[in-house]
Amino acid sequence: MRDMPELPVDDPAIRLAGLSKRFATGGTLALAEVSLEVRSGEIFGIVGRSGAGKSTLVRTVNLLERPDAGAVTVLGQDLLGLDAAALRKARRGIGMVFQHFNLHHRRTVAENIAFPLEVAGMPHAERAARVAELLPLVGLEAKRDAYPAQLSGGQKQRVGIARALASRPRILLCDEATSALDPETTAEILALIRDLRDRLQLTVLLITHEMAVVKSICDRVAVMEAGRVIEQGPVLEVFTRPRQPTTRRFVAEVIGHGVPSETLARLPAPRPGEARRLVQVLFLGPHSTRAVISEASRDFGIDLDIAAGRIDSIAGEPFGVMALAAYGPAEALEAAFAWMRGLGLVIEEIAA
Amino acid sequence: MSWLTPMMQDLLIEALGQTLVMVGVSTVLAIAFGLPLALLLHVTGPNGLTPRPWLNRPLGLVVNAARSTPFIILMVAIVPFTRLVAGTSIGTGAAIVPLALAATAFLARLFENALREVDPGVVEAALAMGASRGQIVWKVLVPEALPGLVAAVTVALVSLVGFSAMAGAIGGGGLGDLGIRFGYQRFMPEVMASVVLILILLVQGLQSIGDWLVRRLSHR
Ligand SMILES: Nc1ncnc2c1ncn2[C@@H]1O[C@H](COP(=O)(O)OP(=O)(O)OP(=O)(O)O)[C@@H](O)[C@H]1O
Ligand SMILES: [Mg+2]
Repeated sequence: MRDMPELPVDDPAIRLAGLSKRFATGGTLALAEVSLEVRSGEIFGIVGRSGAGKSTLVRTVNLLERPDAGAVTVLGQDLLGLDAAALRKARRGIGMVFQHFNLHHRRTVAENIAFPLEVAGMPHAERAARVAELLPLVGLEAKRDAYPAQLSGGQKQRVGIARALASRPRILLCDEATSALDPETTAEILALIRDLRDRLQLTVLLITHEMAVVKSICDRVAVMEAGRVIEQGPVLEVFTRPRQPTTRRFVAEVIGHGVPSETLARLPAPRPGEARRLVQVLFLGPHSTRAVISEASRDFGIDLDIAAGRIDSIAGEPFGVMALAAYGPAEALEAAFAWMRGLGLVIEEIAA
Repeated sequence: MSWLTPMMQDLLIEALGQTLVMVGVSTVLAIAFGLPLALLLHVTGPNGLTPRPWLNRPLGLVVNAARSTPFIILMVAIVPFTRLVAGTSIGTGAAIVPLALAATAFLARLFENALREVDPGVVEAALAMGASRGQIVWKVLVPEALPGLVAAVTVALVSLVGFSAMAGAIGGGGLGDLGIRFGYQRFMPEVMASVVLILILLVQGLQSIGDWLVRRLSHR
């Protein structure tokens, strides 16, 4: 075993500054002055629709894609200034995991995992020892001599992860690492990535088009659209206070603004002289949802009807999301919402 | 083959030997020249590791020209070259020159196709792991394409059996030559039948061995 890696001091672990990239073929502006910092030890997510430039962005981190302009600094090293040999060496310190696994079909699990070590010129015996350490890390001891064709998608990705970690990188890039997997296997692989981050003090930059992935393991997230980062911040903050329409749409995928139209149709109409407002309320942190609702109806003389609701968690923080139908004098409703906002709840109108 | 006289049997065995030498030697040469050529074509191609259009296009043109020239014409056209290399333009040794040349161009294209089948994702992963171009060629491209490369060699061997029969026309010997001289010109149908039978068995055998090897190597 090697000595313990020194504590992460190069912070941020990844600094991308003013990256631009236009592809000659097609002329797409894939990156437009993107700046991003990934802190040491965090799991940073990038979400965006297909074609937003996510892959292009992570591929600049190990210079698989060279930006036209900007700077790429990884662990304090300016990659664009390196010659070919130095770049190859730097790349060994950056693990990468792919959507389609990209395993060698004619190499066994053990041989696939050993590949980066072979490339780095490690002697055979040392390679074998390192592979023997890595197999249990990803739970594949029993499959060491299997070929990729004999593995499930989840097992293939475990091989991909073990291979990415073989050279003891401090950075792990994941480009849609779970997009080819079913939900259960996705959860397993994500848990594995988080566990490895904790154990090996990795910094993870992860691309996905699924907000559920961001919700379950990311610490911070950036939203990309048309080659730009349009919003970024801690996951909880972006999820609960999305500023951009695109971000809202993404967040809606997991938080669920939707209330079934049948439910809405069945809500009673307001009595004469009363107003009815439909809102979505996000409860964060310590508030007990029930207490807030009963207090609001008591103190403001309004009726609050829960049309839909559930409790969930983001980045380990519990939150509740609820669709409320509120009945009462218009001013009273307004005052009640203002009071709830004052408690830190996020309230949004639902179009009926 | 008891319907043949002992003398004819000896001639047949000798001819089979000449065919095997022509096919075997020209295949080995074609692999030795064709693989580097195919790698060069692949690596310098538009989606290759180091695109070099100024090298790739002329090279592709030459290979295509050699490929599309009918073998019988190629054989005659390069007689001066054959004389230079083999010292003579007739005989089994001389026949190997045009055979190897045609097979090199043929195999270069087939090899290139096999290399193109390699998952670009695997190449990209190797780049991301810090592999050099040489390592990518010898540790990724060639091993991953191996079943395809072997299949290409099988196809080339089978075609070469046919071409080598044609090479008999310039005194190259071999089964084709024997079939023409005795079976056709001296009207000995039993010789012709034997030649055809041996050729069929040879081609079948090569194909089966090739297919078996490809299956063993694939791991798909
Ligand atoms: N090698 C290339 N040549 C030309 N255009 C490219 C190339 N790679 C990407 N592009 C274009 O750049 C834009 C961004 O592509 P990119 O692959 O980064 O998107 P993405 O966000 O990863 O999408 P997806 O979710 O589909 O993977 C797209 O418009 C794409 O067509
Ligand atoms: Mg992508």
